[in-house]
Formats: sequence, structure tokens, C-alpha cells
Amino acid sequence: MTEAIHVFGNPSSMHAFGREARALVENARANVAGLINALPEEVIFVGSGSEGNNTVLSILSCPSEHCTCDRRRGPNGIVTTRIEHPCILETSKCLKGRGIPVVLVGVDGLGKVQMDELDNALNDGVGILSVMMANNEIGTIQDIKAIAARAHAKGILVHTDAVQATGKIPVDVRDLDVDFLTVSAHKIYGPKGIGALYVRRGTTFCPLVRGGHQERGRRAGTENTLGIVGFGKAAELRTRDLAEEMPRLRALREALRQGIEERIPDVHFNGHPIDCVPNTLNVSFDGAEGESILLYLDLEGIAVSTGSACASGSLDPSHVLLATGLPVERAHGSIRMSLGRDNSEADVDYVLDTLPGIIRRIRDMSTAYRRRTP
Amino acid sequence: MSTHQNWAYTDKVKDHFMHPRNVLLDEDYAEDGKGLVGNIQCGDEMMVAIQVDRKTGTITDCKWKTFGCASAIASTSVLSEMVKGMSLEEAFHVSPKAIAAELGQLPEHKIHCSVLGDKALRAAINDYYRRSGRPEKVVEEEARVICKCMNVTDHEIEEAVLDGARTFYELQERTKMSTVCGMCADEAATLLRHYVQKHFGQTPHPA
Repeated sequence: MTEAIHVFGNPSSMHAFGREARALVENARANVAGLINALPEEVIFVGSGSEGNNTVLSILSCPSEHCTCDRRRGPNGIVTTRIEHPCILETSKCLKGRGIPVVLVGVDGLGKVQMDELDNALNDGVGILSVMMANNEIGTIQDIKAIAARAHAKGILVHTDAVQATGKIPVDVRDLDVDFLTVSAHKIYGPKGIGALYVRRGTTFCPLVRGGHQERGRRAGTENTLGIVGFGKAAELRTRDLAEEMPRLRALREALRQGIEERIPDVHFNGHPIDCVPNTLNVSFDGAEGESILLYLDLEGIAVSTGSACASGSLDPSHVLLATGLPVERAHGSIRMSLGRDNSEADVDYVLDTLPGIIRRIRDMSTAYRRRTP
Repeated sequence: MSTHQNWAYTDKVKDHFMHPRNVLLDEDYAEDGKGLVGNIQCGDEMMVAIQVDRKTGTITDCKWKTFGCASAIASTSVLSEMVKGMSLEEAFHVSPKAIAAELGQLPEHKIHCSVLGDKALRAAINDYYRRSGRPEKVVEEEARVICKCMNVTDHEIEEAVLDGARTFYELQERTKMSTVCGMCADEAATLLRHYVQKHFGQTPHPA
């Protein structure tokens, strides 16, 4: 990436400087494609995972005669789930306001999509199904392959938001058999502000950003060369490390989970115990509020996030936790811990040494906690 | 490692959060009055307990517990320091604005946390009056219906203001009040001005 800082050319220019930049971009594209087993030409660089997801949902809603999206007179309904990232949920809400039919499918207590509800939702008016591969808050992994098969049997296009899954578990677009898939660089230790959208060769498409031939006319705007090169490098490294890193993180997560269970009473783990990304642990503590836990941990140098309303600025706790049927007070008392390549057993030990005291302190102050044994 | 430089809260909030004063830890605390407000479903619950000198009518001690965020902890902690030595009448009129001012400043969406503190204190004072055989001193905070069509009370208008409503339109959006016959519009506008002034010390934008 440091060599790319010195590359001045515009990758869309034909002169030597431009060609040099073009070569770097195409090399990065091959690396990102390699990470998800796609063809390089099936990878479109976009500004973020959110842009990728906005683009996909908007494809079938385009009513314009000027566009070449061949399915615009076909069904354009959207089916997605209650636990998606806001960039899917907000876009769905916006499109619903423009008259596009939208159905949100629920999940069970562990965060898995309700298959019978999904089957009912996939009717004749539906053009696209979007289900996230792994959830960002609770880590639950969906069976995208089985879900895609159900949708394809009814001629419905399939998108998966794999931003949280990519680089943490194997993601193979051929095996999953999806038409669209979103990834983001910063979730795989790449730079922030660059994402990629996989579009299966030959699939109908309509750009969100128009007016340029970049990305084969599918995403206008001068390429973010530096971001793309960093993304490519990150993809190359994740492709190389994944097999080793996955079991290592899983073991750390399990040590953390077990340690918390042993040292702190009245805890509840959220999400699927087995089908989950190896780096995410979401846990609720009875009688302790999430923002307080977050801030006390922050003062000890431990960074977590919370599903509590207090930290979000809104008055509502996590929509994901509520969708799993978690009681509101448990959502308020939840934190999410994320592990990564820089974390070691020593970090887990440090958390396990620090967290019980913080929870005890908060519970001592709490109106909502009574110790079971004196 | 965090450098703690960009805390969303002031140093005083941080101090009270890290070292909360007067937390009720003793299960056998002999309080003269106790008030509990909020609920954990909403994310905040507060309990305030007071000891009162009957002769002088002043608060001699104040303890508390809370289920809540950093500003809930800090605002109840600072409140417990503020009211020691106060007369019951004075303590009854401690406003959320005064608590927030004592802390330096609170983010706007966190003001409702300190509102719970003063409500819990008033509930504790009322409880003291009841226990000490002076029910006539109890000032009930009963909600009054302002919009009869949509059944919206003054408390709900106050909540809407604390939740961010500043204009009449925003108030309508949040509470659906004054959207049917419109008879309550004048009173609602007056209450909107009153609560914005009370909690944020500013006059609302014209509708």
C-alpha cells in the first residue's frame, strides 16, 4: 500500500501513469475476487459496504426507460430480515415508501432466519431476497446456501451482506450460489471507506452512482486507488491466514465465554452457540446496564460495544437482540466483545480479571439486581 | 488503549461515575423516606432514600441505587450530595436543570436521566410525609389530560420535549396530540414553551 501512495496516475487514463495505477487496481480486484472465489470481472469496488447494499436493493426498483436493467417490468418486491444492518433496513424502508413491496422475516431465539416465515414471504411479487451471512451484533451465521436455493427455485435473485463474515469464515460465492454479495475492507483489516460488491456474471444490474465508465459502467466515480490497493492486500492476507486464524479466534472466544460463565453469576450469552463467527461474543448481565459496563471497561483500556439504548442516542435498544425475543432489560444489559488478530490469551485473561469486578460494582449500585447467594 | 480524551461527558460526570457518592450498600439502612421511579424496560430505574431531621425538616442523609447509564449514575450521585442539609421544601424543587448544571453539562439526550433523579427524590420526600403522619404535605404528581381526542397528558408532553421535540409540529409528530379537533393547541403550545424553558433554558422555535 505504501508503494501505491506514490502512484499518481488515474487508473482510467491511458498514459503510462494511468496504466501503472490500473495495474495495481486490477491486481487488487483479483485478490478480492480470490477471497470470495469470484471472477475478477464480477467484483465492483464501491465506497463502503453500505453503498454496496444500497446498490443491490435499488437495482430492481429502477423504473426508468433509460436504464438497461432488463427485469424492471418483472417483480420488484424485497424480502429481507429483521436483523439486517441499518443500511439494508433503512433502504428497504425508503423503497417501501416509493411503493416497492417489502417484507421483513423474523428470526428465532438464536438469531436464525425462520424458514417457514421465509417460504411464505417468497411469493410472486418478490424480485430479490437479501439475508446477511453473519450478524454484526450476535455473530449468528445463516445457512445462505439453503436460503438461496429456496429463493432461486422461485426465480428470485439472492443477495447476502457478507461484511461481517468475510475474512472470519470461508465465503465462497460459487458454493453459496448467490447473485450478489457485499464485503467491506475495514472488516478484514483493510482501509476504511472502501467496499466491494460481487455481481454474478450475467446478472441484471443498475448502478447507484451513474455517469462514468469506471468499474465497467457499474459504479461511476474516480477509483479510490489507495483504498482499493489496501483492500487487495488485506484480501490477500486473509486468504492466506484464514485457516489458521479461525480456530485460534474460536479458542479465544470459547475461553472468554467459559471464563465469564465461571466467574460471573446471572449471565446470558446471546446468539447461536455453534453457528457463529469465531470473533464475536455477545453477553447480557442481569441488573447491569450496558453503557455503564462499556464505559467502566473503557477506563480499563478494554473496548466493547453495547445493545443498550443509552449508548446509541436513541431510546431503543438493539433491534437485533429484540428480534431474537430477548427481554428489553436484557438488551439494555448486553455488551458485544470482538476479538481480532492482535488479541492473545493474555488479553482474554486481562478481561476475565477486570470484568467481574466491574459487573459486581455496577450490580452493587443497581436497583435491578439482588444477589442470589449472600 | 483509550486515552480518555474524548469522553462524551464532562470531568465532573466522569468523577462521579468513577467514584459514585452515597450509594446504598447497607441492606439495613434506616431510611425515613424512599422513592423508586422509572423501570428497567426503559433502561433507567432510580431509587432514592433519605434520612430527615424531624425537628428542622432538613435532609440529613441521602443514599441511592440506580440501574442506568453513566449520566444516570453521575446525576444521582451529585444529587445525593446536593440535597444533604437542604430543607424538604427546597429539596422538593431541585430541578433537572440544576442537577445538570451541578455536573457541568450533560449531552441533551441524557437529560432524562437526571430528571429521574429529581423525581425519585420527590417520591422519597412524599414517602417521608406519608410515613411521618403528614399526608396533607404530599404533593402528588398526577398527570393531566391535555388533548382529549388523543388522550395525551402533560407528562407525555414533557417526555416528548425531553426526547427532543422543540416545535409544535415535532410535538404533534411524537404524541399525535392536537391532530383531531385542535381545541388543545393553545394550551399545548404553552406547555411546550414551559417544558423547553424548564429543561433546556431556551424558547422553542416558532411553529
